[in-house]
Amino acid sequence: MSISYIPGNGSSPDYINDGKTINHHVLSVLVENKAGVLARIAQLFSRRGYNIFSLAVAPTDDSRFSRITIVVDVDSVPLEQITKQLHKLINVIKIAELDPAESVECELLVATVNADITARGHVMELVALFDGKIIDVGTDKLTVLVTGEPSRIDDFSELLSSFGIVELQRTGRVALAKLERQSSKLKNTIGRVG
Amino acid sequence: MKLTGAQALIKSLEMQGVDVMFGLPGGAILPVYDPIIDSPIRHILVRHEQGAGHMAEGYAQATGRPGVAMVTSGPAATNIVTPLADAYMDSVPIVVITGQVATSAIGTDAFQEADITGISMSVTKHNWLVTDAKDIPQIVAEAFHVATTGRPGPVLIDFPKDVATSQMDWYWPESVDLPGYHPNLKGHTKMVGTAAKMILEAKRPVFYVGGGVLKAHASEALMNLVELTGIPVVTTLMARGAFPDDHPLCLGMPGMHGNYTAVTAMQKSDLLIALGSRFDDRVTGKVSGFAPDAKIIHVDIDPAELGKVRRPDVPIVGDVRIVIEDIIKAITADSETYQRKEDISQWIQTLKEWQEKYPLRYSNASENGALKPQYVIESLRDLAPNDTIVTSGVGQHQMWASQYWKFNFPYTWINSGGLGTMGFSIPAAIGAKVGKPDKTVWAIDGDGCFQMTAQELVTASIERIPIKVALLNNSYLGMVRQWQEMFYDERYSEVYLSPDLPDYVKWSEAMGCAAFRVDNMEDVGPTIEKANQINDRPVVIEFRTDSSEKVFPMVPAGASNDDIIVGPES
Repeated sequence: MSISYIPGNGSSPDYINDGKTINHHVLSVLVENKAGVLARIAQLFSRRGYNIFSLAVAPTDDSRFSRITIVVDVDSVPLEQITKQLHKLINVIKIAELDPAESVECELLVATVNADITARGHVMELVALFDGKIIDVGTDKLTVLVTGEPSRIDDFSELLSSFGIVELQRTGRVALAKLERQSSKLKNTIGRVG
Repeated sequence: MKLTGAQALIKSLEMQGVDVMFGLPGGAILPVYDPIIDSPIRHILVRHEQGAGHMAEGYAQATGRPGVAMVTSGPAATNIVTPLADAYMDSVPIVVITGQVATSAIGTDAFQEADITGISMSVTKHNWLVTDAKDIPQIVAEAFHVATTGRPGPVLIDFPKDVATSQMDWYWPESVDLPGYHPNLKGHTKMVGTAAKMILEAKRPVFYVGGGVLKAHASEALMNLVELTGIPVVTTLMARGAFPDDHPLCLGMPGMHGNYTAVTAMQKSDLLIALGSRFDDRVTGKVSGFAPDAKIIHVDIDPAELGKVRRPDVPIVGDVRIVIEDIIKAITADSETYQRKEDISQWIQTLKEWQEKYPLRYSNASENGALKPQYVIESLRDLAPNDTIVTSGVGQHQMWASQYWKFNFPYTWINSGGLGTMGFSIPAAIGAKVGKPDKTVWAIDGDGCFQMTAQELVTASIERIPIKVALLNNSYLGMVRQWQEMFYDERYSEVYLSPDLPDYVKWSEAMGCAAFRVDNMEDVGPTIEKANQINDRPVVIEFRTDSSEKVFPMVPAGASNDDIIVGPES
């Protein structure tokens, strides 16, 4: 259950950073699983002056290929250049831009949070609300894990911070296009229901 | 058949039809130099690795076949980064092979180790580190395929020493399978149709022809399209010769130092048909002020060029030769749909008037009687065979050469356009002459450039590659001097080189060349004729030229092309 995320407005979720609107675009890039491919991609972004917001890499079910999920913050015109430049890399096979409304996104967060005897119950309650897990227990700290939509992770992270976060790590998002379930006619109406 | 990795590498090059390579041996590449002795491939021993790279570029641009350079690891590999970057900018197909320390030593900061695959990533189309001798034929085949197809470009194969000495079972791959690399050759039919219509509906159309036309061997197709449509042509610095300068519809070179008519034709155009050109900043000037009324048809094999600088109205991804042929087919096959809707004779007339009013010009009069560089180039041009190959370095002499030479044949102008690599002309001329031994090759050079790569004249002498060098010695880094004069209140900072230190004639003679010095107009013609007669060794003519001569027209950096400065008086 999402708490504050309003999906499906057709464009990427924006957020404000230093008063500037940043557009997040999610690129799902299928590449050959060869040495140095990530370096080529990272180098291309740096060379052309584009910023990577988050990055997740792993082999696909076919071990010859890997999928790289890149979240970039750019306007749509430079995004077109990014995808075209990425396509020029010999090891890049396919690029899909995933519209958040038309894709499922997931991210994982692990955090160590202060949880002395008085706070521990509250932390556990919060983790339970977010379908998370306690993965390590210390005398006055807990390490917790939550997965889900990035906006949900944002919410969790915000709520958790009131307890005092000792350390926090997010994976960056991974995403796949949504599956067809209805006829295309129906999809237009049903798919929009938040 | 068992081969060593080194033998397999040389045999793979032979399989690719390589007849010549440029290089310099060293520790890590040593094993590969042994089978060269038994190979029919001619190896030309350079004096600096940068020279090997530019020679490969010159060879590739003159012949259309990929140039090959081979050097050792570490400093040799880093020395060849400049030619790689140069070839990347100008889309020149070269294959560079670098030695590498043994795979077990990679990453240990071994002697002469450099991470050249990492270093060269952003200046190659692709590169490979060979880790297993059995991959050699496959990688070589892939490397040549990538270098020469699609938008051509440089590739690099990094070759560790232990791979060279290990054994493999020889094979030659029947095909190359790169799942992520499928250049699109045929333009979208609907877009081609739209383009054909727009071409016939435009009032002030211009063909904006770039180096891609040469890369795609599309000169003949272009001529047919121009003859069919009667539309005038500008040829960019990379495309000089792609369309003959003597043709009545050729307007010459546009851009920062383009002639008035070429620049202004683009500015006033209502339709630019960009063929294998990339809206380089030296052509567009201030992008927001570039050809404001023009619709754009942009044909390029590299999709990333479409919309990179200027959003096209009709983008066509494809091989420019095939697309031009398809446009011609569309126009000729359906004369109902495709007929000229606008009379462009008024436009052609306007261009003719501009050409008469604003020709390229210079004055031979000078305060101290010094030679004008433009006069030297015109004399070289008039005394050289028609299909002479001209190479140049970078700077004023390059612009004058491009402006004043008459390029009437494709592949006769070889220069460093995108990267602007000083010192390019001599090694490029050597490469061109090796590839086209029957053609006269003139390297038009400046004194700044000459001092960067002159040592390759030793290579030319020893290898009996009789290039000719016209050294325009104005004793300055002339282009920088020009900018300091015009935009820095004549405050000359670090641009003076001295006219006679070094003594270019003695230096050239010491390198085995015939050498002459010319400092007056009377001697220009006879000395050039003398040089044209010498074919057993390289020739250098040092022309002492006027230091204060500037390249005009000029669009100042950052200005709109509307603000073109036609000559020194304006």
